[in-house]
Amino acid sequence: MTCSCRVLALWLLACSAAFAVIETEPLSSDELNARYRVLTDEMRCPKCQNQNLAESDSPIAADLRGEIRRLLEEGKSNADVADFMVARYGDFVLYRPALQQNTLVLWFAPAAMVLLGLLVLVLVIRYHRRRDNQASQPLNREEQQQLNALLNNDKPGES
Amino acid sequence: MKNLKLFIPLGIFLVLALFLYQGLSRDPSELPSVLISRPVPDFSLPDLLNPDQHIDQAVFQGQVSLLNVWGTWCVACRVEHPFLVELANQGVAIVGMNYKDERAAALQWLEEKGDPYSINFEDKEGRLAIDLGVFGAPETYLVDHQGIIQYKHVGVVDEQVWAQMGARYRELVADQAKGAQ
Repeated sequence: MTCSCRVLALWLLACSAAFAVIETEPLSSDELNARYRVLTDEMRCPKCQNQNLAESDSPIAADLRGEIRRLLEEGKSNADVADFMVARYGDFVLYRPALQQNTLVLWFAPAAMVLLGLLVLVLVIRYHRRRDNQASQPLNREEQQQLNALLNNDKPGES
Repeated sequence: MKNLKLFIPLGIFLVLALFLYQGLSRDPSELPSVLISRPVPDFSLPDLLNPDQHIDQAVFQGQVSLLNVWGTWCVACRVEHPFLVELANQGVAIVGMNYKDERAAALQWLEEKGDPYSINFEDKEGRLAIDLGVFGAPETYLVDHQGIIQYKHVGVVDEQVWAQMGARYRELVADQAKGAQ
């Protein structure tokens, strides 16, 4: 069992390596390399829209990776690089969109949905609890007499 | 009340179906261009026919023109080319941007298929293309007489596309004529 798990893990590792495009020229420092990986990971390729820049092997993605490398070497901040890309390709390129008026729904709808779900859950639980409570209340005298009468009716042999 | 509850799943289905139906008619690869209403970015690139000369953004001043991004490697450009020739014959000024191409191949293409471009420059490295937000070819920009980008079409410009784009083009030409009076 552990053996097959290891094989699976190795296989997954091999896959992830295959998806990222191998870059021939690393940047001048480890810090820049790390930032480059984060940026290309979080930006979308405008041509092949369900891939990020790091994974896409389309020519435009390679060009944009080159631009990001150039900007990083020029000492630009991550925010500068994001601004550069948005100014040319729109908010669309960011997988992690900025918080602004037209992205409010994107940012808050999931939390709102969870809250709504919780609210519905609470209401349903309370509704059922109240019904159960009502059902377990003892009968008053009149009801007890009715019940007895019904029970007695069902047993004609004893009456 | 109980009966109304039975219709909730139907209601949810209808709303979902409406959204999904709308999704069918939308093209997810269509990106709104950020550059609409902005001037063509500054550049200085060699003339394709005359590489010693450099063309810059001033080429868009003074007349309404199309900026067409093309390359000999681009299959769709081959489809588009005859229509561009037709537009040029109608008197539309088309500025060509030869995108990431070989000069020799580009010159041969123009010789074989005709040259619809009033001027053509080379963006071999694709730097201006990035400033323009180009992500493929062909792409065609409609630029007014002051060098402001007014419209962008990604993909082949054909009669169907020109129905809308041409109307916008004629509007801009009329605007220019009004301004000149």
